[in-house]
Amino acid sequence: MTTIISVPSSLDDQTFEQIFDQLAPLPPDEKILVDARRTRWASPFGLTGLLALAQTRLERPTFAVPELDETTSYWARAQFFKHAEGFYDILGRPPRPRAASGSSVLLEVTPVAHTQDVHTVVENIQQRAQAILQEKLHLESSVTMRFTMALSEVCQNVIEHAGCGGWVAVQAYRWQQRAPGRAVVQIAVCDSGMGFRKSMESEHGPRLTDRWDDGMALEETVIRGATRFRDPGRGQGLAGVRKFIGKWEGKFSVRSGTARIAVIPVWDEDVPLQENLPHFPGAQVQLTIPEKYR
Amino acid sequence: MISHIDVSSVLRRTVCDLYSNLVTRPTGAAVRIGIERHLDEIGDKALAILDFSHVGLLDYSCADEIVAKLLMQYVSVDDPRREVYFVFSGMSESHMEAIDSVLDRYGLALVTQLADGAAQLIGKVDGEQRRAWETIAQLGGARPADVATATGMLPEHAERTLETLWRRRLVIRQESGYVPLRSGVRTGGVRGDATRGTSGAIGVVAS
Repeated sequence: MTTIISVPSSLDDQTFEQIFDQLAPLPPDEKILVDARRTRWASPFGLTGLLALAQTRLERPTFAVPELDETTSYWARAQFFKHAEGFYDILGRPPRPRAASGSSVLLEVTPVAHTQDVHTVVENIQQRAQAILQEKLHLESSVTMRFTMALSEVCQNVIEHAGCGGWVAVQAYRWQQRAPGRAVVQIAVCDSGMGFRKSMESEHGPRLTDRWDDGMALEETVIRGATRFRDPGRGQGLAGVRKFIGKWEGKFSVRSGTARIAVIPVWDEDVPLQENLPHFPGAQVQLTIPEKYR
Repeated sequence: MISHIDVSSVLRRTVCDLYSNLVTRPTGAAVRIGIERHLDEIGDKALAILDFSHVGLLDYSCADEIVAKLLMQYVSVDDPRREVYFVFSGMSESHMEAIDSVLDRYGLALVTQLADGAAQLIGKVDGEQRRAWETIAQLGGARPADVATATGMLPEHAERTLETLWRRRLVIRQESGYVPLRSGVRTGGVRGDATRGTSGAIGVVAS
């Protein structure tokens, strides 16, 4: 039997919860068809999340491509299908990818599994990031290096903690519904590895407290800078990301296991900590940098 | 001995000749080991100029591996590997941000050389250490008594403060007094160690 997983028409970190919800009750060896035919748009979180999803399945899943040419064309430019073909049986014919130059794709969907992948990401994004961050988001020139530093750190998080490879993508776009017309850049890094709680437990074991769960593990690591390593120098990466996000009024969220934590700027109405979400392995990180109001 | 180390060259030599960015811990560790090997070859007393001019990006993890873990071996242990002083040059604003962050975490400090040649002390130093360091930099070198006179500190307090700065390798201690770290300073066993300036303080020997 094949279970159909419906992909929302607009796929971002919030609507992806509908997919997690459909997946959570299924055993990992159950055959699934991820149906994106009605999907019109996906954020970097959506694209990288779909790849991480496929990695959790023991039975190779099927993926039904969006019907809208504009959507498939964009996903192809973002290199989604190139990677999806390795994990999904593709239903439908994705277009051949065209060059991403001049588009809002800052960084195509890129695997992150080894140290050299982080170098590749950093080398590839700098020039494009500078143009987008300064021209579209009207940020100061000094933001480019900080942005790339933050990107580097969230990618390294996968290599050091996931126990398997993950995916990164970066895209600039204009919000349609929330603060309409405001330009943003989003970084998404998704993996289906061990997640924050298990990473902490791998060194220290479970905490001897009534409440040691995914939510607490996220609070400890993302907010308080704890890590599984005893080296006092560890934990600076995410601390640096928080600092960067604070300075540029961005948003930073991490979902892991059954919890999601967010560092929320004044322009957003998200909740700081959500618990008892449908379980999904690994960690899914998103950074949003908004256009500076002039 | 003064040794100029182009950090970007160390990166290309030890990790990959296509890279210009210092990112990731393994990269930082490889570069640090490359620097340490170089330092092993230059004698027991040396001034190393770490030049970041050609480094693109330096992230927090790499700064921790290169800067903090390097300094820890030479400045914050009772028995350092050898008497090595560091001056960090060619630093951009974003390099400074990453480095500031790791210095703060470990309670370390270092000397940077700005584009105009002026030295700057960054990291964790208390007010008295900073005053003493600035006095040494201003005078081009001084004895504890000179620092006490210039700052109003008690002589024994000035001596202790300078000794602390030396142990942190933020000033060079010579027989005739203390001299600031600059790329133009020579350390140990050179031309009488230091020259005497018109103020009577110890001056810097041009390299």
